[in-house]
Amino acid sequence: MGKILRVAGPVVIAEEIENARMYDVVRVGDLGLLGEIIGMEREKATIQVYEDTSGIRPGENIESTGKPLSVVLAPGLLSSIYDGVQRPLDVIRAQGGDFIQRGIYPTPVDMKKKWKFTPTIKKGDKVSPGDIVGIVKETSLIDHRIMVPLGIEGTVETIEDGEFTPLQTVGTVLTKSGIKEIPMGQEWPVRKPRPVKNKLPPEIPLVTGQRVIDSFFPVAKGGTVAVPGPFGSGKTVVQHQLAKWADSEVVVYDGCGERGNEMTEILTTFPELVDPKTGKPIMERTVLIANTSNMPVAAREASIYTGVTIAEYFRDMGYNVAIMADSTSRWAEALREISGRLEEMPGEEGYPAYLGRRIAEFYERSGNATVLSSGNRNGSVTIIGAVSPPGGDTSEPVSQNTLRVTRVFWALDASLAQRRHFPSINWLNSYSLYSQELGNWFNKNVKEDWYSSYQESMSILEKEAELQEVAQLVGYDALPENEKEVLNIAKSLREDFLQQSAFDETDTYCSLKKQYLMLKSILRMDEFEKYAVSKGIAVSELDTLAFKEKLSRFKEVKEESIDAYYESLIKEMETEIKGRVDKQ
Amino acid sequence: MTSEIRYKTVNKIAGPLLFVERVDNIGYNEMVEITLGNGETRTGQVLDTRKGMAIVQVFGSTTGLDTVNTSVKFRGEIARIPVSDEMIGRVFNGLGEPLDGMSSVVSNEKVEIIGNAINPYSREEPSEFIQTGISTIDGMNTLVRGQKLPIFSGSGLPHNKIAAQIARQAKVLSSSEGFSIVFGAMGITSEEANFFIEEFRKTGSLMRSVLFLNLASSPSMERIILPRVALTAAEYLAYEKDMHVLVILTDMTNYCESLREVSAAREEVPGRRGYPGYMYTDLSTIYERAGKIRGRNGSITQLPILSMPSDDMTHPIPDLTGYITEGQVFVSRELHRRGIYPPINVLPSLSRLMNQGIGKGRTREDHRGVADQLYSAYGRGTDLKSLSAIVGTEALGKEDRLYLNFASLFEEKFVNQGFNEDRTIEKTLDIGWDVLSTLPEREMKRVKREFIERYGKWRK
Ligand SMILES: Nc1ncnc2c1ncn2[C@@H]1O[C@H](COP(=O)(O)OP(=O)(O)OP(=O)(O)O)[C@@H](O)[C@H]1O
Ligand SMILES: [Mg+2]
Repeated sequence: MGKILRVAGPVVIAEEIENARMYDVVRVGDLGLLGEIIGMEREKATIQVYEDTSGIRPGENIESTGKPLSVVLAPGLLSSIYDGVQRPLDVIRAQGGDFIQRGIYPTPVDMKKKWKFTPTIKKGDKVSPGDIVGIVKETSLIDHRIMVPLGIEGTVETIEDGEFTPLQTVGTVLTKSGIKEIPMGQEWPVRKPRPVKNKLPPEIPLVTGQRVIDSFFPVAKGGTVAVPGPFGSGKTVVQHQLAKWADSEVVVYDGCGERGNEMTEILTTFPELVDPKTGKPIMERTVLIANTSNMPVAAREASIYTGVTIAEYFRDMGYNVAIMADSTSRWAEALREISGRLEEMPGEEGYPAYLGRRIAEFYERSGNATVLSSGNRNGSVTIIGAVSPPGGDTSEPVSQNTLRVTRVFWALDASLAQRRHFPSINWLNSYSLYSQELGNWFNKNVKEDWYSSYQESMSILEKEAELQEVAQLVGYDALPENEKEVLNIAKSLREDFLQQSAFDETDTYCSLKKQYLMLKSILRMDEFEKYAVSKGIAVSELDTLAFKEKLSRFKEVKEESIDAYYESLIKEMETEIKGRVDKQ
Repeated sequence: MTSEIRYKTVNKIAGPLLFVERVDNIGYNEMVEITLGNGETRTGQVLDTRKGMAIVQVFGSTTGLDTVNTSVKFRGEIARIPVSDEMIGRVFNGLGEPLDGMSSVVSNEKVEIIGNAINPYSREEPSEFIQTGISTIDGMNTLVRGQKLPIFSGSGLPHNKIAAQIARQAKVLSSSEGFSIVFGAMGITSEEANFFIEEFRKTGSLMRSVLFLNLASSPSMERIILPRVALTAAEYLAYEKDMHVLVILTDMTNYCESLREVSAAREEVPGRRGYPGYMYTDLSTIYERAGKIRGRNGSITQLPILSMPSDDMTHPIPDLTGYITEGQVFVSRELHRRGIYPPINVLPSLSRLMNQGIGKGRTREDHRGVADQLYSAYGRGTDLKSLSAIVGTEALGKEDRLYLNFASLFEEKFVNQGFNEDRTIEKTLDIGWDVLSTLPEREMKRVKREFIERYGKWRK
């Protein structure tokens, strides 16, 4: 039996643990707290403990479970809320009350619950790892596809149709090394990526219904996004918006070292929100992980692996999955805190030297892939990670290491947020490396001039930035009318298009078609105004025309009336501007 | 498990830390009683425990401690305080010991002060609007019951007045219950503390308050434990006694300084500007104790006050606080200098729980729109102010001049109000419409058409 030598916060040093191996889970002390071996030196092992270590003493026992930190992947995952090491918080509450008590370890899914399993294969079929053997209708939105576990290949001997508990056997396979059982679910070590057959280039956008994202800085299904910004700039709201509206089939939301009330908000709003495509409550496709800032830091460190493993599992079934990690900085800080207690040699700003590698490994678990199976099934994991740089300055290690490996960058801007320009994604600093590839998709699937409209809008906004510098020196009034016109259009792009309220019932989600029409109407206005200015009309006179108000209220228009609204808007625009020119 | 063993094996004293040797397997976080050679006692807590050695953090001062005569007794349990109704109306020090000359609280109920985290699944979303009577807060940064909303301020600014005004005027419109106050003072002057006590006395809320005082002259290490003691009392009142508690903690900056001191004494790898890398986590175990719990009647609303070193919002203390709390109220030196009270700059201020508390049936249907419009107009106005300082007002366009004028009006009429002026939310929104009406109606892009017609002043 191993013995504890030292306790310092979440880190425990112990000696002589039998069969100790790196990353194996151990039970610490008389309370049997959950921990993980994260360092070994001769007979001594360093352990990070997932629970508060108060009261634990040197000399207490410690024992290895012989297994690495793993998650249960089985029916019952959806709509659950877990802590960082997959303990169901609802059950913990039922057993231990409103404040999280130590030493309660309910199973991640209800092991007594029976699920209806319907096989999709029959006796005699050949199966290999990843092949789907049957379906459990887990929620009205998602079929839980039961897969052949890794390492099992052969001919189906038996397959049942009936009701089973999450880890029960549903069939057997005759393999080269004898008969093997196929259970409904499986366990998987969180730190080990689940394998895929091969990775594919991401080509299809994750449609989010957020204008600045889809139209300006789109992300592909299977892509990676970094969302850095100072406090209060809107990272969490962006993440929530994506969890609500993005067209991924499964969402894993990881509140990693953030606020308790933000998880409550999800728990109270999601069950009432319906998916725009299916009309079903979005909670039915969501898995929540809540390891808030005041919960143990070691479990925070684990939470992002727990989350991404669950995401990979649904990807393997052939789903498009999105995982939001809010905030990866808090995960990195957990890493730093543990590393500090280990007295490791600190790297930049006290972070361990392996920070960059760990961040890269995490984002590498994203991707669009042909998943493991004998057929050709595709799935994807999109990772959207919030970054919380100290003072909002992204020159720090977590931001820098993240930007190195992510392909989309939504730069949240404090000064936009202060003026209540939301989402406060800065259009000049942000980028998407998928922009062009996805542009082709949008051109084909929405409208042929989608991408060129984006380019045109972007160049107007860039021009605005230049002109503003000039205006800073000479004053707005000194600018020629054609430049004032550019500023005018840019203002409209910012206010009437880029700004989008997450809290407005209608504006919270904007279809691609509506995005296109809204942008198009601003670009049409540009044409008309350019014409008017060329005829000697002052920009300030154009501002008072009635269609402007109509344009700015396009946001409020319900999806079913957008075509008609667009038509009449353009007509009014044309009549009013032409009328003004003719009056001259 | 209490043992009667007293160790006289203090081997080293470094800053607030005692290194005690040849001890027998001490528990992590265990409470410690330290007796000096002259019989005085101090309290401490185990920070690190090894075979045969324990590092103890002393909460009082280390003056008079030595390695020869000092004896140490490990209590065998982690820090607890007795809680009961009797605490109400009383004054304690940072460890929960009476400062008012009355006897200690007697109670069978002793609670751990390092509270377990509220299960996120148990929380109830805070959503009841608290009317503070201050327009910049109610109108644009609405506070709700169960929120944690710090005041970011600086030395010499009237944050205490603002906090006292909030404590005096705060009410939930749908209920007649007032707030009980738990006041935690860390390192503030006795003058400041007396200001609060006097305020609480005048408004009668002292009878519903519990005070924890650690003044500038008190031992600084006690500040590490004070907020936890105060919040333990608050939780008792909120969750066992169904009270709505407003917790005022001031000054969090002093708390963080003490934290830094301990970290330095432990020779830990420092994070930004010498503050420990775990300060975020540490602060969250204080701030996250605000909230509401499903099925329980009480609530904890937190109003921490912190002074930003050199008025710098990116300093680690305000920065990490802002990353944890649900917004912030920003006190501006510039507005203060110009004689505006309360000198709250709304632009860097924020209430993240505002949406839950406002709108039809809560405040008024136009609330969100008015707030957003005021924000964007004032933002533009202040930008133009700095621009006009360079190019002159004449070089601005006609519309720009309207915005410039708007910004001044907003500060004079909307922001500025009396220390005793308790504005209703209708009054606040009305003033908002008054100042917005100096702009062209077509600029009101943030407000729904119907609300402009119902509440706007253009055609009246
Ligand atoms: N799209 C949006 N529409 C309307 N309001 C928004 C939007 N995005 C952000 N906000 C406002 O900004 C506030 C802060 O946003 P959020 O909580 O997402 O910030 P954050 O970047 O996550 O901050 P922190 O790092 O402290 O967690 C929100 O409470 C909300 O009031
Ligand atoms: Mg956030």
